[in-house]
Amino acid sequence: MNTIAQPPVASDLQDVWALLETVTDPEIPVVSIRELGILRDIRRRHGELEIVITPTYSGCPAMGQIEDDVRATLQAHSLTARVVTQLAPAWTTDWMTDSARTRLREYGIAPPHTLAASNVVRFTTKPIAQHAIPAVACPRCDSENTTETSHFGSTACKALYRCLDCMEPFDLFKPH
Amino acid sequence: MAATGQAMNAHTDYLLHLADNALVLGQRNAEWCGHGPILEEDIALANMSLDLIGQARLLYQHVATLMSDGATEAVTEDALAYFRDAAEFRNYTLLELPHHGALAPGAAAERDYATTIVRNFLYSALMVLLWEALQGSKDTQLAAIAAKSLKEVHYHLRHSRDWLVRLGDGTAESHTKAQAALNHLMPYTQEFWTPSAMETAATQNATGVAAATLQDAWNSLVDDALLEATLARPPAGGYIPQGKNGLHSEHLSYLLGEMQGLARQHPEATW
Repeated sequence: MNTIAQPPVASDLQDVWALLETVTDPEIPVVSIRELGILRDIRRRHGELEIVITPTYSGCPAMGQIEDDVRATLQAHSLTARVVTQLAPAWTTDWMTDSARTRLREYGIAPPHTLAASNVVRFTTKPIAQHAIPAVACPRCDSENTTETSHFGSTACKALYRCLDCMEPFDLFKPH
Repeated sequence: MAATGQAMNAHTDYLLHLADNALVLGQRNAEWCGHGPILEEDIALANMSLDLIGQARLLYQHVATLMSDGATEAVTEDALAYFRDAAEFRNYTLLELPHHGALAPGAAAERDYATTIVRNFLYSALMVLLWEALQGSKDTQLAAIAAKSLKEVHYHLRHSRDWLVRLGDGTAESHTKAQAALNHLMPYTQEFWTPSAMETAATQNATGVAAATLQDAWNSLVDDALLEATLARPPAGGYIPQGKNGLHSEHLSYLLGEMQGLARQHPEATW
């Protein structure tokens, strides 16, 4: 094969977005990195294709895997790209799409409240009584009669909950 | 714009101070991994260590980029974490102490969870204020790291504050242990407020913040929590540690010995 892949022209960037729609979070394989807000931009710079991603948490161990997955997906379509990690603006769960929230719930993870609705971030500026996270609905039976078992769950981005009606344990994707 | 050598040193020292704080506490708390008092706390401590080590990595990567600029040999984040000795570390002494109070020479002790919680609380209460302020740093990369870290440390403070209240306002035994941990650790926080050359320079350049300016806000966060936890704040005084200037307790070299041993024995190892 003697065709050499050219960096795509502007209209082709849409195709790259479509390609990368298949790259999912390694720990939550039902949502794509675009839906989670990890994939920030796809652009050309100095004739080179550039994929911009941002970490969720500083120590997120999935970032290396995500970078590899992005590269492998593009390579399978004879595209090469520079993967750039960008820190600012800092990732927030508010960037998560509605489709991601729905899919998380179906997967058994309660989606995060919006930052405006949660009292967690910047709680030091509020009286202590307002620290509590608002009611979290059980992703299995929708009951809001749930309780937090632990601030930290199977990963840093989740907290462990328990439904007091259906008695199932579940994860909450924490507002961040 | 090329920073002068001296200004550059003060700035990288300041960044290393922040990075070393995160790395040393992250390593110390990771000792609980597999040994937590209950499973949930085992996982919580490991998660927070992951955050801290992640913050340290971002800062070391930033320092490595700054130090490599114009240098003949590139500096790496691994070189900064694994190939500096104790006297080159700029973390607060508070963060390197083992998970128990002072012992007679030669005595051994189990890890004490109250010590872990009190230390995490005293440090997280400082860091929510410091990261908040550092979001305005003229070093835009530091400002970006601060904005990310701030979100994480809010959860760390929430965790340690909850447990502080639970232990302090719990049983007679948990109260006694929490009070003892507080009496042991509180004097070490005096180091937060003492001036250092790197912090003075960082303040002048508007790249950093002297923690001393946050003392009043920290006091109200701490006193508010201690009141709720029914714990008494020990009187200030005593020796003021100087870990941030490279003068450490005997505990740091043991911690580094464990953390750095593998990298030093197999410097090119990959997996």
